[in-house]
Amino acid sequence: MENVLTGQKVASARSRDELLSGASRFIILSEIVFPFLLLILGVALGLLQVLARAGVLKDSHYFGWIEYYQGLTLHGVINAIVFTTYIIVAFSNALMVSVLKRPLKMGVQWVSWAMMLVGTLMAAFAMLTGRANVLYTFYPPLIAHWTFYVGTVLFVVGSIIPFFLDWIPNYRAWKRENPSARMPLAVLGTFVNFTLWFVMLVPVAIEILFQLLPLSLGLVDEVNSLLARTLFWFFGHPLVYFWLLPAYVMLYTMLPKIVGGKLYSDPAARLAFMLFLIFSVPVGLHHQYTEGGLSANFKLLHAFLTFMVALPSFITAFTVAASLEYGARQQGGRGLFGWWAKLPYFSTKGDQWLFSYFVAGLLLFLFGGITGIINASYNMNMVVHNTSFVSGHFHTTVGGLVTLSFLGISLYLIAKLRGSEVAFKKLAVAMPYLWLVGFFIFDAAKSVVGIMGAPRRTNMGLSYADSASPLYQPDWVVWNHLTMLGGIIAVVGFVLYMVSFFGTLFAKRVNEPSTEMPIAEALHDNPAPVLSNFRPWLIAMVVLIAIAYTQPLIEAFRVTEKSPAYKENMPVPLKMMQGGQ
Amino acid sequence: MVDRFEKRAIVVALTLVLSFFVLLVYAAKGLGADLPTCLPDAKPFKQGELIQLGDKRYQLNAVAKMWNFEPNEIRIPAGSTVDIYLVSTDVMHGFHVNNTLVNLMAIPNVVNYTRVKFDKPGTYDVICHEYCGVFHQNMVGKIIVE
Ligand code: HEM
Ligand SMILES: [Cu+2]
Ligand SMILES: [Cu+2]
Repeated sequence: MENVLTGQKVASARSRDELLSGASRFIILSEIVFPFLLLILGVALGLLQVLARAGVLKDSHYFGWIEYYQGLTLHGVINAIVFTTYIIVAFSNALMVSVLKRPLKMGVQWVSWAMMLVGTLMAAFAMLTGRANVLYTFYPPLIAHWTFYVGTVLFVVGSIIPFFLDWIPNYRAWKRENPSARMPLAVLGTFVNFTLWFVMLVPVAIEILFQLLPLSLGLVDEVNSLLARTLFWFFGHPLVYFWLLPAYVMLYTMLPKIVGGKLYSDPAARLAFMLFLIFSVPVGLHHQYTEGGLSANFKLLHAFLTFMVALPSFITAFTVAASLEYGARQQGGRGLFGWWAKLPYFSTKGDQWLFSYFVAGLLLFLFGGITGIINASYNMNMVVHNTSFVSGHFHTTVGGLVTLSFLGISLYLIAKLRGSEVAFKKLAVAMPYLWLVGFFIFDAAKSVVGIMGAPRRTNMGLSYADSASPLYQPDWVVWNHLTMLGGIIAVVGFVLYMVSFFGTLFAKRVNEPSTEMPIAEALHDNPAPVLSNFRPWLIAMVVLIAIAYTQPLIEAFRVTEKSPAYKENMPVPLKMMQGGQ
Repeated sequence: MVDRFEKRAIVVALTLVLSFFVLLVYAAKGLGADLPTCLPDAKPFKQGELIQLGDKRYQLNAVAKMWNFEPNEIRIPAGSTVDIYLVSTDVMHGFHVNNTLVNLMAIPNVVNYTRVKFDKPGTYDVICHEYCGVFHQNMVGKIIVE
């Protein structure tokens, strides 16, 4: 039997158990529940950070236990690396089962699962025992315990294994059964994302395995810090697209269906993903604008390419808005703006509660896009670099659209995989709007105080925000307090979410477990083969990376004097401390 | 390939980002608001000092280290132009002179450079804005313009 629209064979009646075994449900469910347990700590630390930065807490440690920068390391690593990556893997696993209608390869999945778990536990051990107070960017020559580095490598390698050994082989098998069909959009977006993930892991793996781990183990005495930093941002910028693209997959495939419409343009969506493939990586120098040692002309080239990578996001904004308009008009929306009223902002009907996560995320992302263009704008970056403006920005991007869509999809998958109904749906629908208001205030206040000069990654309760300190900055106070207010509102939203999350997890089964996803058809769909063929885009990607990174890496290599390792609590090299006792 | 509304949206977006880019190139090259660059011949130094080069002309060799700057406080007359050279002698630090465009990273063994003119008298805070250890939040220098 063929589906007339997609040309793809409707799955021959594979039995449900064969498609989604108990073990594969366990894999996906645990890849969601485990990171949520950590995220509770991550969000609690976020709350403590806004209190400290507002001068409400004035201590080096929270309650004599976790130190501020130790907490900030945990906050960054858990929220931005562990939580995001886990949900991306879980979502992609479920998506492949749902779209390709083929079961997961359990051997591969168990290896990936175990590596991610062991990696997380090792890094958690290092961070929780104060052996890795290096923040989630781990710039040398500050050094952490080796378990932090080994844990990180195990974790990320575990996360990419399913792509190569499960999804690609499963897709090939699907293609053999459906030779005339194009690669489904959801698969294309996921494959672009994991191709990027593979490419960006190369530089950071080199940094960790050849520079940081040997230094941490004492096998070498010195490190080239500029080279390490350049390799880190070679990874660090595309990382933000690794977070974002799964959200875009949801916006293109699920959101139009949820509002009762269609994806406005399938080729535009494919074009956007392919543009991400070529432009996401060669832009890392926009994190290094203000440092010496790297040519300004290459910083300018990276600035240009950063503007190019904004293009697929503009395309996405247009396509998503057009799809929403189409859906709303199908539901009877009229007029130039009247259709806005027909969208299911507060609906709890069926899967429509998910809409609140996407729409609140998109609104936050609007601000994230604008502040992101400011950050990227070369010389304008000198006004905001490393101020709290930057952390305001990324709480509307990774903390905004990405986190909200991941919270939404996690709740959705928990319910589907357990065969339960989403519990406390009203709380689940209220949550994204609290998060939206909270992080809007948070970002606005952090932007203002950042432009006034407030630094990021700083325990301000001990200095700038402490009225008893000679470093006190009275002009910043009101903005620090507004940041705190925004943070508290967002945390309230999170608490409501967790009620619904655990309620759903422990609710009784009423349906057959599945991984079924609402996936929209396309309104405009004129196939262009080049948009489903990876090869030309991969070649363009490699060429651009070579042009953008050869010279900066040579410059970084030229730094001949290197630095010994330091611990965060001693102003002398680690070796001297150990030797001098 | 893509429909005509979609094409229009792409053209508008492209025009927008390209005009942003043209403007920032103009600001950098025309108005002189450019970024630090690679100075292959600059030797990293270990000692911080303020050197007077002429009337209202100074060179500041700034050293960032756990957890202060060297020199940590300098005084210069209003209208002075200062060539700032910056290096770290231990871990990464930041060097952000509030209310100016001076915003630099201090990286071990890498010399950073910028030039700035101080017209308005006052006390400028120099804030370390990169995490550098347990006393990072106390790492502040001062530039006093008289
Ligand atoms: C209600 C929840 C949250 C609050 C109140 C919060 C608060 C904060 C604050 C105040 C900082 C700045 C600390 C400093 O610069 O000294 C920060 C940093 C950060 N946050 Fe959050 N946050 C929250 C949720 C999230 C989420 C969901 C994510 C990502 C998924 C996230 C990712 C980050 C990252 C990556 C940093 C930077 C860490 C660094 O500079 O090393 N946060 N957060
Ligand atoms: Cu970036
Ligand atoms: Cu410092």
